[in-house]
Amino acid sequence: MVAVWANQLLQGVMLGGLYTLFAIGLSLTAGVMRFVNIAHGDFIVMICYALLLLTSLLGINPVLATLIVLPFAFLVGFVLQRFLLQRVVGENVLLVILVTFALSIIIENGLLEGFGADPQKISGGWMETATVALGHGINVGLFQIVTFVAAVVLVAGLDLLLYRTGIGAKIRAVSDDVNAANLIGLSSVRIYAVAMGITFVTIAIAAGFVSIWTNFDPAAGPIRLLIAFEVIVMGGLGSLWGSLAGGIVLGVAQAIGGQFDIAWQIMAGHIVFLIVLALRPQGLFPKY
Amino acid sequence: MATTAAKPLLAVEGVSVFYDKFRAIDHVDIAVGSGEIVSIIGANGAGKSTLLKAIIGQADRVEGTISYDGNNIVDRSTEAIVASGIMLVPEGRRLFPSLTVEENLRLGRDVGRKGEIGFADVWRLFPILQERRRQKAGSLSGGQQQMVALGRALLANPRILLCDEISLGLAPLVVNELYTLIPQIKNRGIGILIVEQDIERSLTVADRFYCLLEGKVSLAGRPAEVSRDLVMKHYFGL
Repeated sequence: MVAVWANQLLQGVMLGGLYTLFAIGLSLTAGVMRFVNIAHGDFIVMICYALLLLTSLLGINPVLATLIVLPFAFLVGFVLQRFLLQRVVGENVLLVILVTFALSIIIENGLLEGFGADPQKISGGWMETATVALGHGINVGLFQIVTFVAAVVLVAGLDLLLYRTGIGAKIRAVSDDVNAANLIGLSSVRIYAVAMGITFVTIAIAAGFVSIWTNFDPAAGPIRLLIAFEVIVMGGLGSLWGSLAGGIVLGVAQAIGGQFDIAWQIMAGHIVFLIVLALRPQGLFPKY
Repeated sequence: MATTAAKPLLAVEGVSVFYDKFRAIDHVDIAVGSGEIVSIIGANGAGKSTLLKAIIGQADRVEGTISYDGNNIVDRSTEAIVASGIMLVPEGRRLFPSLTVEENLRLGRDVGRKGEIGFADVWRLFPILQERRRQKAGSLSGGQQQMVALGRALLANPRILLCDEISLGLAPLVVNELYTLIPQIKNRGIGILIVEQDIERSLTVADRFYCLLEGKVSLAGRPAEVSRDLVMKHYFGL
């Protein structure tokens, strides 16, 4: 009995890693550019399909395919911000929401048109099926462990990028005071575009893991967005390590809820989210 | 340089600046040479800060010519203007509070012109900042923040330094300290344009001054050659 619960708990923590990967890009957008990208989840799904094409048509290994996609993802984020979103940021929060909502609809319908509604999945091969036995009947999937480690590494890497590099200081400066940045010749337009490029790299990494972890279909974006939302709000807006904490809380809540009754898995996550929101609206590790 | 010797480093020529239909600056001519301190005085709303914004490329609509080093920079981006050697110390300091002192200063170096002014110079001018370089800029006192703002601007290696109300909200002693540095900066050959509410201080330090009244130059000259009464008359438009 203990082993069952320990297993569930561990599964939940690993799932939290995946959720952190969903959330980290959203955390950057919300923390740095102070807007919410409603199409965040749809971009994850879009890149899942790009990976599907690379792996199924060209027969490329999924890890390699993800690595190939990263620079293109940066470019997509950069261009999207520079030539579309930049036109609406800072003007009116509603405009950004409307534009990204429109993008969400366009992506979902475009994917539906191109790929149909059938759920897809990328095979991770042996990575996916290998398990690590920790003794006492506790087993964890290798891929789950790798996903969790990737989430921790990504959070740590972004933390280093933001707090230990020149471009990181510029991103934080623009996040602090965009008008002051413009006044001293620090072009917020370019910094925003770079930040969105980085966001899209995290989106591509999330896509690489989730495309193997579970099925995706053209309509799978909004639930990913919802999860990412809950994670960053629980973690504290703009806090990277908070996102990891928020992801783990959500993953564990779902795993424990699912252990009671599988129908309660998703609901348990939402309930814990609401409890955290009620008791600690600033999040677990508030930054602002 | 013989061909441009007659022309000052920065020359604002017939410049008007608009906010929508409103003309905030009206056909203004102002010049700043290398190693010269020029003050702009004027009442609230006379257009002093607007003029600085126009020079640095942050005004919406500018008519006329702003020539710097022989080129018209009216249509250039702030980024390009700063990189070519004009830097602003903004009103209210406008530091990035969550960045450390050192990070704030480094931004100045990153956006600016390549040149000889480095961190060593800033530490020499403001020893306290070296002590506090790892502290968040937001945690400093107002005077120390102004030092960071000035240091940040100097690290951009400007040939023209624009100072917008650097004494605002600071204790008189701190302001005195800052103003003793202005001639040192001038001695490096940097042209300095000072906008200041405090007329007395501003005229004391300046080589030349312009008085703005309702967007126009109402009086210009050398502080020593103009009586205070005349200045006050043109300041208030009496």
